[in-house]
Amino acid sequence: MTELDDLDTPIFDGRAAQLGYPLNAMCFSLNNASNRSLFMHNPEAYFAEYGLSEAQRQAVRERDVLRMIALGGNAYYLLKLANLLGMDVQDIGAQQTGLSRADFQAKLQAQGA
Amino acid sequence: MATIVGGVASSHVPAIGAAIARGLQQTPQWKPFFDAYGPAQDWLEAAKPDVAVVFYNDHGLNFFLDAMPTFAVGAASEYRNADEGWGLPVTAPFAGDPDLSWRLIEDLVEEEFDITSCQKMLVDHAFTVPMKLLWPDGPPVRVVPIHINTVQHPLPSPERCFRLGQAVGRALERYGDEDRRVVVIGTGGLSHQLDGSRAGFINRPFDKLCLEQIVDEPLSLTHYSVRELVALAGGQGVELLMWLAMRGAVGNRACRVHSHYQVPISNTAAGLLVIEPDCHGEAFALAQGGRGLFDRL
Repeated sequence: MTELDDLDTPIFDGRAAQLGYPLNAMCFSLNNASNRSLFMHNPEAYFAEYGLSEAQRQAVRERDVLRMIALGGNAYYLLKLANLLGMDVQDIGAQQTGLSRADFQAKLQAQGA
Repeated sequence: MATIVGGVASSHVPAIGAAIARGLQQTPQWKPFFDAYGPAQDWLEAAKPDVAVVFYNDHGLNFFLDAMPTFAVGAASEYRNADEGWGLPVTAPFAGDPDLSWRLIEDLVEEEFDITSCQKMLVDHAFTVPMKLLWPDGPPVRVVPIHINTVQHPLPSPERCFRLGQAVGRALERYGDEDRRVVVIGTGGLSHQLDGSRAGFINRPFDKLCLEQIVDEPLSLTHYSVRELVALAGGQGVELLMWLAMRGAVGNRACRVHSHYQVPISNTAAGLLVIEPDCHGEAFALAQGGRGLFDRL
């Protein structure tokens, strides 16, 4: 993953796409309801099936979104996993910015003023 | 021949689809947003398109990293939506226009846009949400979806997307098989960012500038690099690419029929824009005729 200058903005480029392929392939598979059940039933077996690296598995175990992105996760695919883990885009935004969900939402609202 | 009746750009945030599914349109939180689509719906009813060419970006429903086309043109007689993994109800299928699709494909390749043609193509929320916003009772149009890659960099440049739109516009003008009234739609944006420690970034001044300049001076927006666009509009605000493709297709001159801007919808600055290819078209006539199209703006 390449950061865009100093803007804390991940650029999902070829390097990220290559590094993150197993993680993103796993997330992409979660479009399918029976795959979602398999994942929830036994995440470790599911990690193995998609060949995630140990670091990627640990990031998913810890629900660490910034770490998943650093390991090649793409925002759009990760949203499918996050949803399954009960996190929406505000939860993810809050986690990545170190804010509470309420503070993150307040930050969004403030930008509309 | 095909007549381009106008262009529409609209955000496609999944939360909008969820709000529709739960019937929340008239709740205080959502009412201003949904009400803003009334004039766009009225304009469409008056303009009577029978085809919608829709520039959108797949988010991991039809395309994955195993094979990621930069531009892909649908050539199917029907386009289905499917489970994207986050609980949005699957919509009814959309009727395609394969004859028009193939003519666009032929002309685009002739003009050196080496697109991917897709006889099967699932369409995700980036396609279905704007369709539902513009035609709540279901679209009375056949569709040609055109996907632009915004998942994996390198992305096509703003200028390239604008030129793709121009080429689509020329192909529509040349199309002579049957009469078609075409609305061109671009979906996504405006500024937002989902990932990284800048998550939640919104750039209201830049969005306002885009909403202004895209009508009269679109070339002032096409000179940005993708990286500049990401810096200004956020990692996912790069979806302005679809707006620029729409604008390119509508032609050199355009006038604003309606626009709306609201922050935030979910994590996103939501934008809506309706334009016509000249300033004396149906919207103008409607306004002159006192139909009240502009009263609600």
